[in-house]
Amino acid sequence: MDFTLSDEQLMFADTTRTLLGDTCTPEHWRKMMEQDVAFDAARWATLAENGFTVLMLPENAGGLGLAELDMALIAVEAGYVALPEPLTESAGVAMPMLAALAPDHSLLADPKAIVAIAPAINPVVAYADQAAAILIERGGRTFLAQREDVTLVAAPTIDPLRRVFRLEWESTRAEDLGPADWGLAQDRAALFAAAQGLGLAQRSVDLAVAYAKERTQFGKPIGSYQAVKHHLSSAQVAIEFARPVVLAAAAGIGAQDTYSRARVSHAKLVALEAADQAARAAIQVHGGMGYSWEVDVHLFLKRTLALTGAWGTPAHHRGRVAARLLSRPTGPDQTFAREAANA
Amino acid sequence: MDLNYTPQQNAFRAEVRSWLEANVPKQPLEHYDATREGFEAHRQWEATLKSGDWGMVTWPKEYGGRGVDLIQWLIFEEEYYRAGAPGRVNQNGIFLLGPTLMEFGTHEQKQRFLPPMAAGEEIWAQAWSEPQAGSDLAGIRATAQRAKNANGDDEYVLNGHKIWSSRGAFADWAFGLFREPGSERHKGTSLIFFRLDQPGVTRNPIRKINGHPGFAEIFLEDVRVPAFNRLGDEGQGWHICMATAGFERGLMLRSPARYQAAAAKLAALWQARKVNSRDAGADPVLEADVIRAFMNAEAYALSIYQTASRLIAGAKIGPEASTNKIFWSELDIHLHRTALAILGEEAELLPSAARLAAGDPDWLDDYIFSLAGPIYAGSNEIQRNIIAERMLGLPR
Repeated sequence: MDFTLSDEQLMFADTTRTLLGDTCTPEHWRKMMEQDVAFDAARWATLAENGFTVLMLPENAGGLGLAELDMALIAVEAGYVALPEPLTESAGVAMPMLAALAPDHSLLADPKAIVAIAPAINPVVAYADQAAAILIERGGRTFLAQREDVTLVAAPTIDPLRRVFRLEWESTRAEDLGPADWGLAQDRAALFAAAQGLGLAQRSVDLAVAYAKERTQFGKPIGSYQAVKHHLSSAQVAIEFARPVVLAAAAGIGAQDTYSRARVSHAKLVALEAADQAARAAIQVHGGMGYSWEVDVHLFLKRTLALTGAWGTPAHHRGRVAARLLSRPTGPDQTFAREAANA
Repeated sequence: MDLNYTPQQNAFRAEVRSWLEANVPKQPLEHYDATREGFEAHRQWEATLKSGDWGMVTWPKEYGGRGVDLIQWLIFEEEYYRAGAPGRVNQNGIFLLGPTLMEFGTHEQKQRFLPPMAAGEEIWAQAWSEPQAGSDLAGIRATAQRAKNANGDDEYVLNGHKIWSSRGAFADWAFGLFREPGSERHKGTSLIFFRLDQPGVTRNPIRKINGHPGFAEIFLEDVRVPAFNRLGDEGQGWHICMATAGFERGLMLRSPARYQAAAAKLAALWQARKVNSRDAGADPVLEADVIRAFMNAEAYALSIYQTASRLIAGAKIGPEASTNKIFWSELDIHLHRTALAILGEEAELLPSAARLAAGDPDWLDDYIFSLAGPIYAGSNEIQRNIIAERMLGLPR
């Protein structure tokens, strides 16, 4: 039993923080919003050059063969910069699924290729306009449709740095790849959404802390007042008790049993609740500025809103926690229980 | 990261489980705060634990422990709560003063105080707060004046008024915070032990809102103790107290197992009522709260495993002591409010002795106790200030 990250994992997370911190700054967000785009090709190329897009592909497919925990650490950093590009959905979910279904597929050989993913659970497909192809779940089977063979109907969203689409397509104009492990794909996507939630939450708190140190009222920085402090402390507590759940969910996702699914759901619920609490606290702490387009906090509020509903609503995930709680042994000795051990 | 127990850890769990199955009293003991009899029954249980070498498993063998690591301590606690074993009457000693002694005590002090603490032979109370010094603990006024006894040995003469001392009504010893006469605020303070039955000490039990004499106020009038009873250096008291508070709020005082056991009982209560109570069974809000209570207990457990792993790897407990304290105290209230909501029209009824003997939780009393959580061990308002200033870097 060892609940610590390895030095390599900590170093990798650190490197990611630096790279994303340099390439996805508030100036970048502003510029993208002015240009009305939600994808930065140069940044995506940098991510690809540094191996981020092949992180979870098997080594024999040119990937790094890393696990969900490693990707989750990256996703935290992606959340911290509200990364517009589909790093987790393409490189963390769609590409590994494609590699499992069609190990020799030509898209796997291109580190810059983006594959979007359309599970039955999501009404819209994110990032489909940037994708070379789309993996689609229908009737238990998996279809791969080329971008040019589908019609994308943009569904305007409140998040200016995320594009989603309704998909019109014909199975006759798509490749039938057979049954796939959509359960695993959904768990991965929910986990990475949770991990992004941690990053979103921390950024909201950090933005508010920076403002509360600068802004003075009644002759003192507003951050010296307890009412302001307590908003941000409470948000930080929520983050601190979501983080270990996300990490444990990532470490245990491979079991694919009632316990591991419940933990992923727990992670998604509490990490995005923390992000929501932190974003609202940050808006409040910023006062009138927090309600303005000029201050960046709204980006974190909006991404949180999107990720809260995507890849299983809170009600869906509560149901999976309930299934574990009400149908399996509970108690102090069951924290790390597995189906195999209780069978 | 490896979230699997080793074969050795599983073997340790099996050993704890089989010992507890053979030794935990079949009937629950009267609460240690309720009467002297209840207190002494718990002291007896501590002696039984010690007879199996389970008094404080993380301490070195020479001080009455087993020398196991913090993961094994968590396993021990899980089995302890799973078995429904009696509450630890000496928690102020074993969980708070013990680790502090381990860090700041001399070898002679450890030898003198730790083994009887592990065995429940000497039960400890905390004597920090004063009527005028609660959250602002640096405002204490109780004094420790250097003196010599008849043989010319160094000693202290203690004077002052302490309050809100948990277990203070029945305990044998107290560890108190005192100041050098004339010193101010954080300076000049020392942590000093005194016997609660020695001349000059008067203790008045204070009834808690459940009617039990759970804590006491303590008056000290020219109480003479040897200089040996001072922990750490003179003037180091504040620093030592803050370390103790770290143990108190952080890792030791509130085991995740406590809340996981309660959450499991809450789920069982919910499942029984869902079928049998028309009102409760039709209320989806209650189920959402039961799920929430379970998730909170799980999150706290995972967080503590994370902290324990970090400490084993050489880290020191940091500001997570404050986030922990807020989280466990708030989850405890939420969990018990949910239980009372499920009990509905029966929530106000005191449980019968027969039902308690049959192992039913005392939801009402546990709820009342949970309300103390955000107050003791440093109020949650103070914890939020600490988080804001030390974790987030906001100005004082």
